[in-house]
Amino acid sequence: MNNFTVEAIELTRLYGGREAVSNVNFTLSKGEVLGFLGPNGAGKSTTMKMLTGNLAPSHGSVKICGIDMIENPKEAKALIGYLPEMRPLYKELTVDEYLTMAARLHRVSAKHIKKAVENAKERCGLTHMSKRLIENLSNGYQQRVGIAQAIIHSPMVVILDEPTVGLDPIQIRDIRTLIREVGTDHSVIISTHILPEVEMVCDQVQIIDKGKLVFNGSIDVLKRQRIGNKLLIGLRNPPAIEEILRISGVSEAESLANGLIRVRYAENAEPAEAIVQAAVQQGWGLHQIAPDQTSLEDVFMQLTYQEQIAA
Amino acid sequence: MIINVARKELKSVFASPMGWVILSLLMFAFGTQYLNAVNDYFAVMSGAMRPAERTGVTQFVGQSVYGLASFIMLFAVPLLSMRLISEERRSQTLPFLFSAPISLTEIVVGKFLGLVAFLSILVLFIGAMLSTLNIWADIDFGFLLTNSLGLLLMVAGFSALGIYFSSLTQQPVIAAILTFIALFALMMLDRFFGDDPTNILGSLSLTRHFQSFASGLIDSADIVYFILFAVTFLTLTVRRLDADRLRG
Repeated sequence: MNNFTVEAIELTRLYGGREAVSNVNFTLSKGEVLGFLGPNGAGKSTTMKMLTGNLAPSHGSVKICGIDMIENPKEAKALIGYLPEMRPLYKELTVDEYLTMAARLHRVSAKHIKKAVENAKERCGLTHMSKRLIENLSNGYQQRVGIAQAIIHSPMVVILDEPTVGLDPIQIRDIRTLIREVGTDHSVIISTHILPEVEMVCDQVQIIDKGKLVFNGSIDVLKRQRIGNKLLIGLRNPPAIEEILRISGVSEAESLANGLIRVRYAENAEPAEAIVQAAVQQGWGLHQIAPDQTSLEDVFMQLTYQEQIAA
Repeated sequence: MIINVARKELKSVFASPMGWVILSLLMFAFGTQYLNAVNDYFAVMSGAMRPAERTGVTQFVGQSVYGLASFIMLFAVPLLSMRLISEERRSQTLPFLFSAPISLTEIVVGKFLGLVAFLSILVLFIGAMLSTLNIWADIDFGFLLTNSLGLLLMVAGFSALGIYFSSLTQQPVIAAILTFIALFALMMLDRFFGDDPTNILGSLSLTRHFQSFASGLIDSADIVYFILFAVTFLTLTVRRLDADRLRG
C-alpha cells in the first residue's frame, strides 16, 4: 500500500477529437502542495475537473487515496474538497446556511456540523460575515466562502482552481498561509497564473501546455534552473572577452547590449572572487557583480517554448 | 443523502419570495373556490327536489376545488420546477453537487422530492381546508383522501417532467414553457382521443388517470401510471446529467 493521495494515470480527455489533456501522469503524496501552471487553455481546469469526478476522462484513471474515481465515485469524492474556477455559490443563502449545507452534503456527521462550519469560517476569516447573504458579499469574500466550502469536511485532498483570483494582497497572503497549513497534513493541488505564488506555497510543480505535461518535479529543480550558474558583471573599462575567459572556472562570457557582461561558469565553480581580484588588479572598474537570475517567467517561457519547437 | 439534497431545494424555494408568493396566491385561489362551491351547493341543492338529483357536499365541493387545483398545478409546477437544474447550470453551481459524495440519481431524486415536498404542503392545506366542512356536515374522508392522493401523484408526475426539461436548458423560462407545453399536450390528449377507449394515445393522458381519483376511486393502474411517468422522466434527467459528465 503506497501512500499516494492522488494518482493520475494516463489521463486523457478528448473534445471532439481534439486532445484537451493528453496522457497526463502524476502522483501526489500526503503533505505535499502541488502547483499547476500553464497558459490559458492549456488544460489545467479540465485536468482538475477529471480529478474531482466532474468530467469523465476519455482514457486513463484517477485514484484518490487508492480509491478509483470511476469505480467508486462516492467514496473517492468524499475525500476531496474542490473549488472550481467559477465559484459554485448559492447566492440566495447566507454564509452559515451555505456552509452548513456543504457540510451536510459532504457527510459531516450532524454533531460536528456546527463545529466544522465555525472552524472553516475562522480559517477563512468569515466569522463576522456569518449572517450575510452571499449575494451581498464582495468578490473577495465570496472567494473565501468558496474556499471555506472546499475545506469544511477536512478532506484528504483539496483542489483549488485559481484560489487567489480577486483577493486583496493581505487576503492573498492569508490564503497562502492557509494553503500551506492545509498542505502539512493533507494534499493540496492549486492552479494559478501567478508564478511567484507557486514558488511560495508549492513543493511540487507541474507545467502543462497544450494538454501535455512539460515539466513535473519539485520546486527546487525549478529554482535551480532559475538561478543557474551565471553572473552578471558591470565593468567601466571592459577588457576583451578572452581576458575574462582566462579566469579559472569561467566557461563562457558574452557582452550584453546594456554594457554588462554575462559570465557562465561550470557547476561547483565559484569564480566570483577571482573575477573581483582580476578586476581590481587590472583596473577594469568593477561597479556591479550579481548572480544572474532568470525570472520564473523566463523559465516558464523556455519550458513551454521548447515544447513548441519539439512539436 | 437524498434528504439533504431535498432540504437544500426546500431551503432555496423559501429563501426567495417565490415560494411564499406561490403558496399564498394558490391558497387564495383555492379558498375562494371553496367558498363559492359551498354557496353554490346550497343554491343547487335547494333546486334539486328528487333525491336522485342530490349529491353529497363532499363530492360537490371537493370536485370543484380539486378540479381547479389540478388545472392550476398545470401552471404552478412548471414555474417551480423550471429553476431546479437550469438555474444551477446557468450560475455554474452544479460542480458543487457533482463533487460532493452523492450520485447523480441521489441528486435528481433529491431535487424531485424537494419539489414534491413543497407541493404536498398545498395538497395538505387543501385537504385541511375541505375537512373544515366536517364542522357542519358529516363528510366523506375517503373521498378527500383519494383526491389528495391523486393530486399528489399528478403533481409528482408534473414535477418529474419539469425537472427533465429543466435539465435540458440553461434558461429557466425556456424550461417552464417547454414543461407547460408538454403538460398541456398530455392533458389535451384526452380531448382528442378520449372517445375511443382502445386508443393508446388516449391512455397516455394525465387527465384520464386523474379522473378515477377525482371520483373517489383508487385504481392501481392509475397509481402505476403516475409512478412510471415520474420514474421515466427522472431516469431521463439522470441520463442527461450523466451526458454532461461524459461529454463535458
